Amino acid sequence: MAMQTTTAPGPAPAGGPERKPVPPRKQGISALLHRSPRLRLAGLLTAPAAWLILVYIAALAALLITALWTVDTFTGKVSTTWTFDNIRTVLTTSVYQVITLRTIYIAVAVTVIDMVIALPIAFFIAKVATARWQKLLVIAVLMPLWASYLVKAYAWRNVLAEGGLLEWLGRPIGLDSPGYSETAVILTLAYIWLPYMILPIHAGFERVPNSMLEASGDLGAKPWTTMRLVMLPILVPSIIAGTIFTFSLSLGDYITAQIVGGTTQMLGTVVYANVGAANNLPLAAAVSLIPIVIIMIYLFVVRRTGALNNL
Amino acid sequence: MRLSRSARIVLGTITGLILFFIYAPLLLVVVNSFNADRTFGWPPKGFTLEWWGRAFDSAGVREALMTSVWVAVVSTVISLALGTLLAMALQRYKFFGRDVINLLVILPIALPGIVTGIALNNMFTTVLGVPLSIWTVIIAHATFCMVTVFNNAIARLRRMSPGLEEASADLGAGVFTTFRLVTFPQLRSALLAGGLLAFALSFDEIIVTTFTIGAGQQTLPVWILQNLFRPNQAPVVNVVAVVLILISIVPIWLAQRLSEDSVGVGVGAKKAAKTAK
Repeated sequence: MAMQTTTAPGPAPAGGPERKPVPPRKQGISALLHRSPRLRLAGLLTAPAAWLILVYIAALAALLITALWTVDTFTGKVSTTWTFDNIRTVLTTSVYQVITLRTIYIAVAVTVIDMVIALPIAFFIAKVATARWQKLLVIAVLMPLWASYLVKAYAWRNVLAEGGLLEWLGRPIGLDSPGYSETAVILTLAYIWLPYMILPIHAGFERVPNSMLEASGDLGAKPWTTMRLVMLPILVPSIIAGTIFTFSLSLGDYITAQIVGGTTQMLGTVVYANVGAANNLPLAAAVSLIPIVIIMIYLFVVRRTGALNNL
Repeated sequence: MRLSRSARIVLGTITGLILFFIYAPLLLVVVNSFNADRTFGWPPKGFTLEWWGRAFDSAGVREALMTSVWVAVVSTVISLALGTLLAMALQRYKFFGRDVINLLVILPIALPGIVTGIALNNMFTTVLGVPLSIWTVIIAHATFCMVTVFNNAIARLRRMSPGLEEASADLGAGVFTTFRLVTFPQLRSALLAGGLLAFALSFDEIIVTTFTIGAGQQTLPVWILQNLFRPNQAPVVNVVAVVLILISIVPIWLAQRLSEDSVGVGVGAKKAAKTAK
């Protein structure tokens, strides 16, 4: 609480004798803050901005620098010799190129699948279902999908297992379970990140006023035309917001790849292996620059759509 | 929009199918936690409560659970404080660098978890020489939990009338008194929702955690990951998974009820005010 002083510091605001005395609360720190918006802003901003910059930005900068260092082959310790070797290795070795392309392919596939699933269900919930059902459906979609990431990946391991549910269901109609494979990774990641796509799109549909849709209908537009010309433009930022998450989260995954991927390697797997077993932080740092660059480019491209305010 | 009856039915059916797709794998985990067959072949061969008993007797599970709760509580408290301050600063003031800070707060969640993980791991171990511990996990978690609090708080602040705070100041209340008696009560439910989501996010986090946790320490997700591939432990993992499903439903359900202006995917998809209806 404000410190109390017996004499008011400086003149009270518009302190003519006819004004009643300034209440004691307005003195000290509180009064200072009251008078100066800059100080108020500084008070609000210092701690969180310092945290973000000192912890996160500093860590990202350090990562970039570490990628230019190397590991002493004898001691296994990071030595601060500057070199572009790691980055050159990552860019020119075919293994890394293949893994990068595979990771991007998986992330794009997951994003597309989630978009295709999220659009109709979000539309149904926001615009077709009755008010009572809307609430129920939102909860029904959200609750299980918020269940733990690991539980969901594990659930798919159960589904895909040899002699598991999918094989049992597929056998009568001659379908085979994809087993533990790249397809399994895509399927599982699409399942896990689905809420990150449904929620922004659902919020986007909610923002489209019903009166606008009715107006479109009154002017003779068929539902499909209304969808394309009225709804879609309003929805674009929401959809992009969803894609940022599904794409970025898939790009960095390695746990799902471990659990259902069989031998499938992703960028995350390489980073993890180099931090842990191989103990080559500089190389891991260099590899992790790939997803950073990809996401940064994507964020830069979609920046103008307003998607970043929909995150 | 006038949709034909058949279009409605098709959409309803699709929604039903997606819901089935969402629930079936989770139900399978529940069923398998009672499955007498260790390899989880389908259909189940028999019913047993053995795994449930073993899970409750497991000291490893209990310790990991306590660690998880502690990490989640502390990171939630930190992210509540920082997220609220940041939301008030960005919503109330226009200043140079505002957009940068705005991007900065979503960056830890927009960049892949592995980037956050390795960046912090590298900073702690190589640059600072700090040994990894529960506290490095907490610092990492608080960094990305901040955004859920921030999103919920800023959505609520946007809808609050600035008039109330001005009136409070005019009536002689100091900056802190105004916050305590006027601003905070209006923010409370949004902060509770943001805090619950932050808790859930931290409790569930695995990728960043594996990069920032000290040797020999385990959060619950780390315990699950380490036991997933041990044939003897897999059935116990099923039980823990079921309990996790049940636990994680509670904060989400509460957050859903508390927060009207954000559905809160934890990344705070903002739901426009329901006035549109």
